[in-house]
Amino acid sequence: MTNVPDLKRRDFLNATVAVGGGLMLALTLPGHAGKAGRASSAAAKANSQINAWLKIGADNSITIIVDRSEMGQGVYTALPMLMAEELGVDLGRIQLAAAPVGEAYVSPGNGGQITGTSNSVQESWEKLRTAAAQARVMLTAAAAKRWQVSPSQCRAANGMIIHASGKMLSYGQVADAAAKEAVPKDVKLKTKAEFQIIGKSLARLDSPGKVDGTAEFGLDVQLPGMLYAALAQSPTLGGKVKVLDSAAAEKMAGVRRVLSTDDGVVVIADHFWQALRARNALTITWDSGPNAHLDNASISALLKKTAAAVDGLVASAEGDVAAALKAAKRTLHVGYELPLLAHATMEPMNCTADVKANGCDLYVGTQVQQMSQAAAAAAAGLAPSQVRVFTTLLGGGFGRRLEVDFIPAAVQASKAVDAPVKLIWTREDDMTHDIYRPPAYEETSGGFDAAGKLSAFKLHITSPSITARWAPPVKGVDDSVVEYAINFPYDVPNVAITYSRQEIGIDVGYMRSVSHSPNCFAIESFIDELAAASGKNPYDFRMDLLHKKPRHQRVLQAIAQRAEWGRAPAGRFQGLAFMEGYTTHLAQVAEISVDSGELKLHRIVCVVDCGQMINPKIVESQIESGIIFGLTAALWGEVTIAGGKVQQTNFNNYRVLRGNEVPIIEVYLLESDELPGGIGEAAVALVAPAICNAIFSATAKRIRTLPIGTQNLARI
Amino acid sequence: MASITVNEQILEVDAAGDTPLLWVLRDHLAMTGTKFGCGMALCGACTVHIDGIATRSCVLPLSAVEGRSITTIEGLSKDRSHAVQRAWLEIDVPQCGYCQSGQIMSAAALLKNNPRPSDSDIDAAMSGNICRCGTYPRIRKAIHRAADLLAANSSK
Repeated sequence: MTNVPDLKRRDFLNATVAVGGGLMLALTLPGHAGKAGRASSAAAKANSQINAWLKIGADNSITIIVDRSEMGQGVYTALPMLMAEELGVDLGRIQLAAAPVGEAYVSPGNGGQITGTSNSVQESWEKLRTAAAQARVMLTAAAAKRWQVSPSQCRAANGMIIHASGKMLSYGQVADAAAKEAVPKDVKLKTKAEFQIIGKSLARLDSPGKVDGTAEFGLDVQLPGMLYAALAQSPTLGGKVKVLDSAAAEKMAGVRRVLSTDDGVVVIADHFWQALRARNALTITWDSGPNAHLDNASISALLKKTAAAVDGLVASAEGDVAAALKAAKRTLHVGYELPLLAHATMEPMNCTADVKANGCDLYVGTQVQQMSQAAAAAAAGLAPSQVRVFTTLLGGGFGRRLEVDFIPAAVQASKAVDAPVKLIWTREDDMTHDIYRPPAYEETSGGFDAAGKLSAFKLHITSPSITARWAPPVKGVDDSVVEYAINFPYDVPNVAITYSRQEIGIDVGYMRSVSHSPNCFAIESFIDELAAASGKNPYDFRMDLLHKKPRHQRVLQAIAQRAEWGRAPAGRFQGLAFMEGYTTHLAQVAEISVDSGELKLHRIVCVVDCGQMINPKIVESQIESGIIFGLTAALWGEVTIAGGKVQQTNFNNYRVLRGNEVPIIEVYLLESDELPGGIGEAAVALVAPAICNAIFSATAKRIRTLPIGTQNLARI
Repeated sequence: MASITVNEQILEVDAAGDTPLLWVLRDHLAMTGTKFGCGMALCGACTVHIDGIATRSCVLPLSAVEGRSITTIEGLSKDRSHAVQRAWLEIDVPQCGYCQSGQIMSAAALLKNNPRPSDSDIDAAMSGNICRCGTYPRIRKAIHRAADLLAANSSK
């Protein structure tokens, strides 16, 4: 395990987080002076960097460097909790800093310094507890040396090293010496029974700044002499500027410069409103580019054509599904279709860049620090090492901020005017130039043998590949397209999961739950159809198929009990979905009614086994969050394209769930000794199949195309 | 130059009269607690109080607020002591937090006029504030809790 920054990055780290300080984005917590989240100089204080995640000041301040971006999922609380546990300090004493770019902060699972795939806690579980335990041993060793005693006579507690005689030294007093101690190889971590912090529903460290307006998001960054920019992008996705007339705009009040870039026309002004008004005064003739005739009907037809034409690459297989389907007494074949979706983070895309002759400072809410650095470096004509990335809080990520498309224009603008520039997308920019969740067409086939047993299950996924663009090359099956499907949990002797890549002309991106959502919709809907075909209760059908999996069965048993499965009030109907994803196991029951074709949601119950929990309150809020995100997608989520232009522009025509539309949501978290699983995304995926299965129960109609809101629910 | 009253301070602003109050607060006065979400009064992220009434600042021109009393999240309390802020912290409402200034300002205005709101009162007052993280159940809980805190204060 790497506990110190890679040597290649050392110079950069020295300039940013190492001993003696330098600039870093310090997030001040309650009880500490300063403004939450302000970019500030920590240079005044003598700080000792114990390892990549911990700095201890001579003033006894303890700063934890968080290497995952906070976008609501709670990493700015959960990751410090892991370290505070082993350091033996109260969480309230901890200060936070967002990690700079550094090799130590690379996620092995994500292949970069990336916040995604719900793995922050999973990957930090050993890493950060070990780093903190090592620090504790080093602090103890330093104190023992000062006292000339054996470390075995010393213990660490409450930020102090305490000798058997009763004499004490604070962490701050020995931090400098501790930083020079050898990093111990084998440290003993606390057992679950010894935990004092992990497992407690402690208050989030980022809440105070979020209730008094001081929390700093990318949009809130302010630098001396900063200018503002608005960007005019081609209305047709992938189009370019053909002719620009900026004469009128350039004469407008406050306008400093109009700049043509690869991403569109940037208007730079003293204030954003001036930039925006001047942008509206531009006369631009666009070259529509290759997507001028693209529409969602043609995308849908293309996916279906490919699905019918090719068998697809095998992602996972058991037995011989073709033979089993051929031999089956009875077969079912249906297809499920999912639309493009917009992320619609509450904070529109924005980036603040400050380009100087020999470097660039980037202030950005990003899930990808290294990619942001690389994008800025390319735009500025600098080496990546000359770009410092200051990660702000993210006003929603949901995968949208895994993209860096909004960065280059800000950097080019700053370079052009030789001043810091904050470039802001409007909501319309954000909605019409998202990197959308890809559409998918998913064909399923099932077969029952002569004994009525489910003998074959086939899922053929046809969709574009995000990863092939985002992190090429992808050889064979793109793992991010076959999620949940490759964990297909049901005991069926012949199973095949296949994938056909079909690009659609526009870039598509990762969105919260990624392919868990389309695949869970197809699998859990089809399992329900198979249950109905075999005359079995959907719960019993799943329990039978999970007879070898006690962890899965426990979740299903719990949901049946909590949701009162089979005992819905008169006029209400239930639907069930299960998923194993992000190493979390969960089940949902939707309770609905349909009256004259009108769907009413009454209640969503969710049971979760995500292994050991760091902070159950955050887990619960993430599950609620995922359900609500999933409701928007299931009910109304759909981006449509006509003539290469996205038709949705703002929240009036891209409907998202509002507070008055939320059904009763009940979340039950199961105790578990398993390793922690991911919780930020998993719950999203079960919402659509649970509701659609309930609609079948109510109306005998199968909804196989999302969103539900576009479908006729009238009883068959 | 326009003169506006923000958080009980009279401030001079050099901005065109059609500049939305939102951008005056954020860009001219460096009060960034009020957020930009949609620019069309559809999401509530920019909610402030104008003479005590919850108002979307993204569509409200500067020329319309001269002489009126504006309260932003920065002015709700100096120390997070407003009942709504206390309740928000107790329930740990925020996730990403971006919409929360607007949610809190809407909730504070609701409670000012209706110290004991029902669920349907909350629906009516809060449906203009979008939260993509889905903190709605906690917002509802926190508004009821804030009502309790206010009642406890006034009975003292």
